[in-house]
Amino acid sequence: MGTEVLHEYVEKLKAENAAWVGDVADAFGEVTIIVARESIVDVCASLRDTHGFDQLADLCGADRGPEEDPRFEVNYHLFSTIHYCRLRLKVLLSEDDPHVQSVEPLWRTANWHERETYDLFGVIFDNHPDLRRILLPSEFDGHALRKDYPLRGYEPYSMN
Amino acid sequence: MSVLTEDITGQGVLDPSLDSQMTLSMGPQHPSTHGVLRLDLRLDGELVVHTIPDIGYLHTGMEKLFEYKKYQQGIVITDRMDYLNPLGNNLAYVMAAEKLLQLEIPERAQVVRVLMCELQRIASHMVWLGTHALDIGAMSVFFYCFRQREKILNLIESASGGRMTPSYFRIGGLMMDLPAGFDRKCKQFMDDFPEALNTFETLVTGNTLWQSRTKDIGIIEREEAINWGLTGPCLRGSGVELDLRRHNPYCGYETYDFEIPTETSCDVWARFKVRMRELYESHKIVRQAMERLKPGPIKADAPKVVLPDRDDMRKHMDSLIHHFLIVAEGFNVPAGEVYMPIEASKGELGVYMKSNGGPKPDRVHFRGPSFVNLSALPDMCEGEMVADVVAIIGSLDIVLGEIDR
Repeated sequence: MGTEVLHEYVEKLKAENAAWVGDVADAFGEVTIIVARESIVDVCASLRDTHGFDQLADLCGADRGPEEDPRFEVNYHLFSTIHYCRLRLKVLLSEDDPHVQSVEPLWRTANWHERETYDLFGVIFDNHPDLRRILLPSEFDGHALRKDYPLRGYEPYSMN
Repeated sequence: MSVLTEDITGQGVLDPSLDSQMTLSMGPQHPSTHGVLRLDLRLDGELVVHTIPDIGYLHTGMEKLFEYKKYQQGIVITDRMDYLNPLGNNLAYVMAAEKLLQLEIPERAQVVRVLMCELQRIASHMVWLGTHALDIGAMSVFFYCFRQREKILNLIESASGGRMTPSYFRIGGLMMDLPAGFDRKCKQFMDDFPEALNTFETLVTGNTLWQSRTKDIGIIEREEAINWGLTGPCLRGSGVELDLRRHNPYCGYETYDFEIPTETSCDVWARFKVRMRELYESHKIVRQAMERLKPGPIKADAPKVVLPDRDDMRKHMDSLIHHFLIVAEGFNVPAGEVYMPIEASKGELGVYMKSNGGPKPDRVHFRGPSFVNLSALPDMCEGEMVADVVAIIGSLDIVLGEIDR
């Protein structure tokens, strides 16, 4: 499948509000839009309500490394159960201020995905109703998927 | 409900002035939670007011581990995620890497992948049916199901050497070709399976006790199911005709003839019916794949990525060099990021893979269908009886290895 269809959605988004769409990347048959963190909820709402991207297939974080700025990425993989297209939105966050608005009010599935991203990367989702650790124990120190977190941790971990 | 107030975590807490209310901690060793899942059930008498799933007991940091392993070493880790559908995990992972490498996979490898994945889907559904029935109280179904699953595991073992951890798909193709006699054994299984299906239908589907335990329980409406991100049989049980094998096809699934079963009653019964009908469809696909098995190469023509045959290594210097380099140093994957979704037995299994050009991935994220489907559990359980929670968990078909990763 070509990506022409996806670029049409990008153009429509641009027409709606040019400030929403940052850089657009087209690689491996997938289209990625860089979105400013202030507008992520508006962009998602528009894609969901007027362009048919009604499902949030996945939300995951990524760490580019401690020396990079912006350091963190949050990837939103949108899917449409109507026209079966996929679109990736990407929000870039700096290490000093890793805050982004939660999309949980739009898709309830984001609840656990955002908790996981918070747990493993330390990205904070504002407005999330229940931002607790999900995979690691609540008293765990640090965020395990950050590049500067050692593979074996700092000391032998004990549940006691 | 009116009895709910908010505590600091935003979760429902009980009103201590009401004698009828209590908190029940179900799990993590409860057999009906299919692994180590703990549920914090807030009850009003027998009614579930609020459910808080507590996961992470099986967390082993697999996504961290991927970043420290070469691409081909990561395949072994994927086996241990959804351990009822390891071939599906292998497939999603290797296809993500193949997408980055832009490899062309030969026809025979594609057909074998479809064949094995559909066999695995039947095996996975057999465990679902057996345990789901066991949870609800039908003991004997379990033994009939595991007898069928055993035959499939034997087939997988004969091809790959592993029963639960096959690692059969490799980046660029297959580990090795199907063994001699596989056709005959597979055909034998395919001939016997319809009779087993008939047994399940008479044991379970037509059973009025079964129907009364599953109908109108754990309802999740169409819009909610999409909003919760449900996929696979859970979504199709809510009346959405969506199957990635048809709508985002891979491995040549678009050329196979199969139907997408959907049900509209949105309850445990609907999800049960969808999975039962999927067994027939998978059976159909395996038959078609068997007919398409023609001799041919099983590995892509990419000597710098795919391990050479042992024979070649003895005869050709360059094969030996390639083998040494792939094993010792790995192969570089072009920088970029992909999201590769497949229709696993439980729903959309997506792999997000990010490469920065080296022999090890920069980030691998698994979007497990069990993880997402389980997150909708509190919504389905609200207002149901405690005994029905067990039925609802069974209908979601979760595997904790994939949820916790």
